Amino acid sequence: MSVIKVQNLSKQFKSLKAVDGISFSVNEGEVFGFLGPNGAGKTTTINILCTLLSQTGGSAEIAGYDCAKNPDEVRTAIGLIFQDTTLDTGLTAYENLKFHAYLYNLDRKLTERRIDEMLGVVELLGRKHDLIKNFSGGMKRRLEIARGLLHYPRVLFLDEPTLGLDPQTRNTIWDFIDTLRKKEKITVFMTTHYMEEAENCDRIAIMDHGRIIAEGTPARLKGTVHGDIIHLVTADNQLAREVIRKTFDIIAHEENGGLSLETERGDELIPKLIHALPVPTLSVSLKKPTLNDVFLRLTGRTIRDEGLQNNKEITREFVRSHRRAQR
Amino acid sequence: MILVRPIYVICVREFIKFFREKSRLLGTLARPVLWLFVVGNGMNSLIKPHVGFSYLQFIFPGMIGMTILFSSIFSSISIVWDREFGFMKEMLVAPISRMSIVLGKAISGTFISVAQAIIILVLTPFLGIHLTVMQFVEVVAVAVLVSFCITSLGILIAARLTSFDGFNIIMNFLVMPMLFLSGAMYPVTSMPPALRHLTQLNPLTYGVDAFKHVLLRNATPPLGPEFSLSRDLFIVAAISIVMLTLAALSFRKKE
Repeated sequence: MSVIKVQNLSKQFKSLKAVDGISFSVNEGEVFGFLGPNGAGKTTTINILCTLLSQTGGSAEIAGYDCAKNPDEVRTAIGLIFQDTTLDTGLTAYENLKFHAYLYNLDRKLTERRIDEMLGVVELLGRKHDLIKNFSGGMKRRLEIARGLLHYPRVLFLDEPTLGLDPQTRNTIWDFIDTLRKKEKITVFMTTHYMEEAENCDRIAIMDHGRIIAEGTPARLKGTVHGDIIHLVTADNQLAREVIRKTFDIIAHEENGGLSLETERGDELIPKLIHALPVPTLSVSLKKPTLNDVFLRLTGRTIRDEGLQNNKEITREFVRSHRRAQR
Repeated sequence: MILVRPIYVICVREFIKFFREKSRLLGTLARPVLWLFVVGNGMNSLIKPHVGFSYLQFIFPGMIGMTILFSSIFSSISIVWDREFGFMKEMLVAPISRMSIVLGKAISGTFISVAQAIIILVLTPFLGIHLTVMQFVEVVAVAVLVSFCITSLGILIAARLTSFDGFNIIMNFLVMPMLFLSGAMYPVTSMPPALRHLTQLNPLTYGVDAFKHVLLRNATPPLGPEFSLSRDLFIVAAISIVMLTLAALSFRKKE
């Protein structure tokens, strides 16, 4: 049964079409990820779903309620963790949670028990009466997750849940989300531009320029990239590209100052490649496909690229480092 | 649907924060005390007592008005802080009506302002002003109404203010003129006609006028009250309702 249903949803800001007619549905108990670069329309979509923004076209439904027509029912059914912290730093952890319980009209007797339970899950019970001011970034995030789940929501929204956190904290947060998912049987809807994070999802929609350009399980999406990826830098990329096309019948793409090619058995191809190339090879790398490669294949850009300017700079950086290496 | 619990918890949050920030309490109290004791006493020796009133006694109702003005505007500006630090989102995505957010802020702001006005009232014996119990109760009653009005005005402004940069503009172009054009420091009747018209648009004028009714009972204009008490109270109440409704509406607006 699908708990989120979005049909042909669009949002126009003056001259910018932030969301351009997207449709998708999320099943109960699923972890659904929205993947895409900054400015792809992920946050706009979340804001419409959680009733902070009104759409300009299409419809969105959560737990059977229309986001535009029944905002209060939708709000009760969802828990939110925003990109930026929304805790009151002048209050204690307990006070922040209690405030939340009152806003969501949680039963008085239940509140105290639930607060302790959630603080226990995110391992903050010992800091219950400490001011948020003295919390680290990771602790704040954990407390926000506890707060988002306090009122037994059916869907938990996480907008870039681990943005700005160090990798270790990021892993801890993911462990918590996993534990909570099993314990509370909720649906998780998240946005991210970290590829590694998206791999934790049951299903992913890749978004770019306000549209969904691909949707499926991480494994299926990665399956669209054929086999392994070889990245090599040669003294003359143009010439090497021609030779590879003629000799091996493989189209190589220019990327980050080198050549990138997809092949079935990469490890066996590398020696043949180097042998066949008339120009010196400076570096070779082999990797298994990631979601980043899926995105690259679909859009011709890597997800972190902010535009042409950035691309040029990466190329320049590459050239410089190779010159240094040759000396 | 307006629920009592969200309004209650929004108020409690404001009180907790108010008492944790001792500097804020001190700041809002220091200003009127400075005016009363330093400026009031200084001017007292310069200006001859007028029909049995000293300057100090004259500005006393105005100083209560000033305490309420600063305290109320400051309370409502907390909305801008909440927005800047993201906490407003926590309230906006909750299943509560926008009116309960606005009412919660208005009621807590009113309580805090009235509490400060009471502290000023307690200082009166040191100024040689002696109030009857009845006067004390009346001042508090008027203070509740005036505080609610000014807080509502502040909420309406804060609801439209998108960043904290606007705060200084509000202080210089709204709060200060409201104070100077309210008859708090000098009689409205002594102002040039153009400014007098402006005083009539100022909600604080009617608030200060109502305080004069209670505190300068036997005085006549220019030092005493200018309008009738019922007119003062009616205008203040009417402005409160209009401001509060507009504020709730501007919260409801989504992009």
